[in-house]
Amino acid sequence: MLLSNLKKNQTAKIVHIGGNGALRRRILEMGLIKGTEVYVEKYAPLKDPIELIVKGYHVSLRVEEAAKITVDNVK
Amino acid sequence: MNQKRLSIALAGNPNSGKTTIFNNMTGTRQKVGNWPGVTVEKKEGNVKKFGYDLKIIDLPGTYSLTPFTIEEIIARDFVLEERPDVVIDIIDASNLERSLYLATQFREIDCKVLFALNMADVARSRGLKIDGKKLSELLDVPVVFTVGNKNQGMDTLLEKAIELAESNYEIPQKRRVKYSKDIENSISSLKSFLENWTQGSIPYSSRWTAIKLLEDDKIVKKRVLNKAGENSREILQQARTHRDFLVDRFDDDPEIVMTDERYGFIAGIIKEVLTTSTKQRIDISRNIDLVLTNRFLGFPIFIFFIWAMFQLTFSLGAYPMEWIDMGVTFVSKSLAHVLPNTLFKDFLLNGVIAGVGSVAIFLPNILILFFCIAIFEDTGYMSRAAFLMDKIMHLIGLHGKSFIPMLMGFGCNVPAIMASRTLESEKDRILTILITPFMSCSAKLPVYIVLAGAFFGARAGTVIFGIYLAGIILSIVTGRLFRSTLLRGADAPFVMELPPYRAPMIKSLVIHMWDRGKIFLKKMGGVILVGSVVVWTLSAFPHNISYSLDYNSKIAEVKASYRFEIETARESDKKLLAKQRDIEVAELIKAKKTEKAEKSFMGRIGKVLAPVFAPIGIDWRGSIALLTGFVAKEIVVSTMGILYVADETDDSSALKNALLSSGMTPVGALAMMVFVLLYMPCLATVAAIRRETGSYKWMIFSVVYSTSLAWSVAFCIYQGGTLLLA
Repeated sequence: MLLSNLKKNQTAKIVHIGGNGALRRRILEMGLIKGTEVYVEKYAPLKDPIELIVKGYHVSLRVEEAAKITVDNVK
Repeated sequence: MNQKRLSIALAGNPNSGKTTIFNNMTGTRQKVGNWPGVTVEKKEGNVKKFGYDLKIIDLPGTYSLTPFTIEEIIARDFVLEERPDVVIDIIDASNLERSLYLATQFREIDCKVLFALNMADVARSRGLKIDGKKLSELLDVPVVFTVGNKNQGMDTLLEKAIELAESNYEIPQKRRVKYSKDIENSISSLKSFLENWTQGSIPYSSRWTAIKLLEDDKIVKKRVLNKAGENSREILQQARTHRDFLVDRFDDDPEIVMTDERYGFIAGIIKEVLTTSTKQRIDISRNIDLVLTNRFLGFPIFIFFIWAMFQLTFSLGAYPMEWIDMGVTFVSKSLAHVLPNTLFKDFLLNGVIAGVGSVAIFLPNILILFFCIAIFEDTGYMSRAAFLMDKIMHLIGLHGKSFIPMLMGFGCNVPAIMASRTLESEKDRILTILITPFMSCSAKLPVYIVLAGAFFGARAGTVIFGIYLAGIILSIVTGRLFRSTLLRGADAPFVMELPPYRAPMIKSLVIHMWDRGKIFLKKMGGVILVGSVVVWTLSAFPHNISYSLDYNSKIAEVKASYRFEIETARESDKKLLAKQRDIEVAELIKAKKTEKAEKSFMGRIGKVLAPVFAPIGIDWRGSIALLTGFVAKEIVVSTMGILYVADETDDSSALKNALLSSGMTPVGALAMMVFVLLYMPCLATVAAIRRETGSYKWMIFSVVYSTSLAWSVAFCIYQGGTLLLA
């Protein structure tokens, strides 16, 4: 399942970061790596971007960027 | 006593409180500029403490030290090449895990580094407890707790930094990231290879260089090629071999695997060092966001904040604006009395003082605007604004953060362009800077009011609204156009932290505001001053004009002829006759002034350019007015006043009537308004564009593009409109 499919208040574990280049590096250096747990805090009023809580802090990314991240263990 | 000098670099993640600590240490003794060759801000400051003269350099905030973004390259290069005596890595204590990613990379570089665990109070209130001693042990790095915005821990921090700098400290080889077996094997193999084949010609630690080569770091590769001479090819070949092996082994790039393993190492540290209280503490920041980024309330509140910012700027700013205006007028009037009527006096009053005055008047507004921006940034609300606006901005091809600079453009383009610094990607910055001038600045409004008022009467308001709308639409179109042509390329990642809300420090806000204000005064003031003097010179010379009519003697003639009539008239008629005489004299003076304007250099230029402006419905007087608008857009109206009415009265109806009888049509007026909306921005803005894009290329492009667009659109409107109505 893709991160962009998650709904508000769901949790999941990151399985794979796709894409390449600047986006992938950025996602990784922000701590979204394999095995990390993410929690979907909310979607912006215009439904994009998404706000997540990861490793104890809040990070936002566009839906199209979240679509590059595969997750499982969705709760 | 000669104080010993040390250089200290401040590094850390964005939002870690680095700037606050920098401000605490250096206060007003800061120097703000740019890192050489780029448009990234460089801040340096000095502080004398404990008998030392300390130079503090604020490195750009980064999450990592890869060679990919300009900020990371600057930060990393400063540590590698300039070799500061100490690096202080400022860590947000509430964000320990992510912050350690950068920290471990500093440890790998082999520089003297110490950690400042900042905002320890916030961490504590969130139930996070960090064992500083253990952290220090595990990474072999001194750790100091600080609370930046309460100015706590600064002295200890500097003390420890000096201690570290002065110690004969052998960079500990243990206590840093240890990778998995295969990777470590490759690293040591490459390391020995490097040591044998380069014999110290590469100034970096060999282990670090080996790691970078395995990561295919293009900057390090280039440096190895430059410094290791003929052996470099061998080295790179070796690196390549190892890389290929690792790619095969892990089924992924070594740098990705190593990132994973770094975080694994960090996770181990976190387990031993961080304890989270099980009590559910209230997260204030999160609760605030329940309202501020709420699905229904988020936007209205955002719009309110923006409205409040402009309200504050213009209503509060009106008072100092008036004082400055009074001050300038006072100086002008006093000098007018004192000085003899010479050309120099005219130059001083109408060239210099008028020019400086027109800039100084804006200073209060600019300062207040920047103060508000500083509040948004320091509290953390700015990232929420980007979060709310990104969807719309992305449609234009921009980043959510572009919204605030563009919005400021409606007030004044100069601070708007300066505010584009908050954008991380250079492409985003340049695109925002190119589009912002289409946000109709407040200086253009008087032109719209005069023209729309004269030609559209009751519908003036709608027309003006239409002009603003046209500006917005054209900026969107231009944005998309440039994004898919000139500034093509993958979108910069939006991935953005939403830092916890913080109470801003007044000191930080003031420093931030004053930094920008100083830039505005120095650069823009200088440029506008020069521009005003040039305009004055072009209008004042040639000084001795050969008039078509000897006006002075004609005026004397008229006065003389009336004198006799008035003396011999009846009492009741005297007033009427005097009035008649005054009207005739005024007409002559007006004609004289008009001719002077026509025959001055400015006027001649206007006449030369008239054929360029004719197809868009603007005559030579309009074209001169537009030319003077290059200095400042407000001048367009006053120039129009001088040329059409030949009178410096503030009588707006006089100008209106003059325009109506000048042969301009409503369509022509509309074309002129659109031209004013779009054509090249004022001198100060152009200078700001050059400064913020760092090149003359973009500045010239902006001027050429906007003026061509202005002409084309005005042409379509004028020709199309005239045809339709004919």
